[in-house]
Amino acid sequence: MFEKDKLEQLHKRKVAWGKTLEKTLGKNPERKEQFFTDSKILLDTIYTPLDLINFDYEEKLGLPGEYPFTRGVQHNMYRGRLFTMRQYAGYGNAEETNKRFHYLLEQGQTGLSVAFDLPTQLGYDSDHPLSRGEVGKVGVAIDSLQDMEILFEGIPLDKVTTSMTINSPAAIILSMYLALAEKRGIPFAKLSGTIQNDILKEYVARGTYIFPPEPSMRLITDIFSFSGKHLPSWNTISISGYHIREAGSTAVQEIAFTLANGIAYVDAAIKAGLDVDQFAPRLSFFFNAHLNFFEEIAKFRAARRVWARIMKERFGAANPRSMMLRFHTQTAGCTLTAQQPLVNIIRVAFQALSACLGGTQSLHTNSYDEAFSLPSEHAVSIALRTQQVLGYEIGVTDTVDPLGGAYFIEYLTDKIEEEVMNYIIRIDELGGAVKAIEEGFMQQEIHQSAYEYQKEIENGKRVVIGLNKFVTKDEEPIKLAKSSPAVEEYQKEKLKKLRQERNNEKVTAVLNHLYNAAQSSENLVPIFIEAVKAYATVGEICNVLRDVFGEYRQQVLL
Amino acid sequence: MIDKKIRVLAAKVGLDGHDRGIKVIAQALKDAGMEVIYTGIRQTPEQIVEIAIQEDVDVIGISILSGAHLQLLPRVTELLRKEEADDILVVAGGVIPQEDFAFLKECGIKEVFTSGTLTGDLIKFIKENIIKRE
Repeated sequence: MFEKDKLEQLHKRKVAWGKTLEKTLGKNPERKEQFFTDSKILLDTIYTPLDLINFDYEEKLGLPGEYPFTRGVQHNMYRGRLFTMRQYAGYGNAEETNKRFHYLLEQGQTGLSVAFDLPTQLGYDSDHPLSRGEVGKVGVAIDSLQDMEILFEGIPLDKVTTSMTINSPAAIILSMYLALAEKRGIPFAKLSGTIQNDILKEYVARGTYIFPPEPSMRLITDIFSFSGKHLPSWNTISISGYHIREAGSTAVQEIAFTLANGIAYVDAAIKAGLDVDQFAPRLSFFFNAHLNFFEEIAKFRAARRVWARIMKERFGAANPRSMMLRFHTQTAGCTLTAQQPLVNIIRVAFQALSACLGGTQSLHTNSYDEAFSLPSEHAVSIALRTQQVLGYEIGVTDTVDPLGGAYFIEYLTDKIEEEVMNYIIRIDELGGAVKAIEEGFMQQEIHQSAYEYQKEIENGKRVVIGLNKFVTKDEEPIKLAKSSPAVEEYQKEKLKKLRQERNNEKVTAVLNHLYNAAQSSENLVPIFIEAVKAYATVGEICNVLRDVFGEYRQQVLL
Repeated sequence: MIDKKIRVLAAKVGLDGHDRGIKVIAQALKDAGMEVIYTGIRQTPEQIVEIAIQEDVDVIGISILSGAHLQLLPRVTELLRKEEADDILVVAGGVIPQEDFAFLKECGIKEVFTSGTLTGDLIKFIKENIIKRE
């Protein structure tokens, strides 16, 4: 990219400059002996064309909307449409959450994102003994199609995009959404949204797995296959690094493990007989926006380039859409502090800015009070306003990939790509992501990083304002949201009534059908749709699957 | 007398899968010379108490981030009393609002540690509050 003799000239000049710098350092040492990113990439004082000597612009960057998509997945990015402002929300029962959805849409939010409670995520009904105390706590309680009907009351399914954080029972919840659309006369082709449906990271980091890997992968490929035929605008999976990062990984590990999981899904789908260019365009991703600003931006850019190459070179994809890494971003919950909570607003703003400069397709900004509880309405609205300032006021959305070509950013992007590829090669050697997870490789790498991170906080190497530096004594408590304890009883009552009023013969028949089909290789999605339409509950359906598939037991490693 | 190592059960109660904190703490306690047993995620109060008694631990550290702490933590201490094992020091941590601290302490949770706790402070607390069991 640069002329050879000019580079030589620059090199000489830099050597001389380095000597001058060294002299001043004798008198005024720097703040730290060495500077590192969060992924332990050693940083130089300055980056110049000398750091990009063999940099081939066309090969590494190209243009936005074109291979290898380093600069973004659309030709004009946010000049056309801003990132979707999508706040993750859900608590209590469907009635309360429906109200919050309407509130968020009125505030200018542009997409919905549903948080389900833990019993729903684990396939237990609200009246299951293990659901005690958990109903409606971290998300909305959904037992049957009836709850889903209430949840989306007054919301036009053909006009909003809906993202649903559901993994093990993803096919069942998706089936409820489809059954609801059918009831309202909306064609499937008009539905657009995302199910998380990413079981591998559940084993690694998030913990809401039910079944063992093999049948879990089958449920996922069943969804890919069904959606390929009937849901042209639905993102069939959101392969997530977010939770891997929250569990303590570095930025490099976040991308490496996520893309390794992605490879495993593509492999599984191809093995199930699907055509790569049929399903790959509907794969989507989900990343974390953490504190180390430039590393985060470079991380997003590197992820796009690595995935594009994997799809093209490893899987022989021909459709450019198969090579595009489209992603949602959420700011890093684990960086929020309980101390001086308003400072979290500033952390979130910078993290959101990095996601925007990294070219995210949608964004969730965390609320400042999330170290204490689910966010209050006030805290959520500040979080949404932060995105709006980013999108509308400060001009960062007016040109594509504004930091592209910066010596430092390109150096970091290359470096992250290199380290990500090293991990992917290691995981391949272990036999792929599923194997690496079963052996605890990813989990241990993440735990090591998490422990290092904590040690750095404790020895003061990593500054956390309000926690180990600039500490305030006697802070005023902030006002928190209060969850209503009556949700569990209400939900149990609703279930009891439902079980009395529905056609139980029909439920039994469809569950029997499911039991048999689960033992064959038949696609289960159409049966799930029949089951939810008969008002079979999430718990009942999952129990049938538990009988056939068994349950996954975590290997406890420490 | 030989100073017996402090035995700790690091436990996850409830349905949430957030185990970063508990694993980091378990590691830190190990590095501080304690013996640590980690239960893995999604344990019931019954399972936790059973393991604690079986393993003859001095301390139970329970992590919960699901919001079900008011239902599940008192159940652990209740079961310990029933088994006459309430000399075991029980501490909890996770996403727990301050206003719930008083009730949890009344139920026998000795201390509640929230986000941002330094492992050094936890180690100090355990050493100062532990009842060495015969």
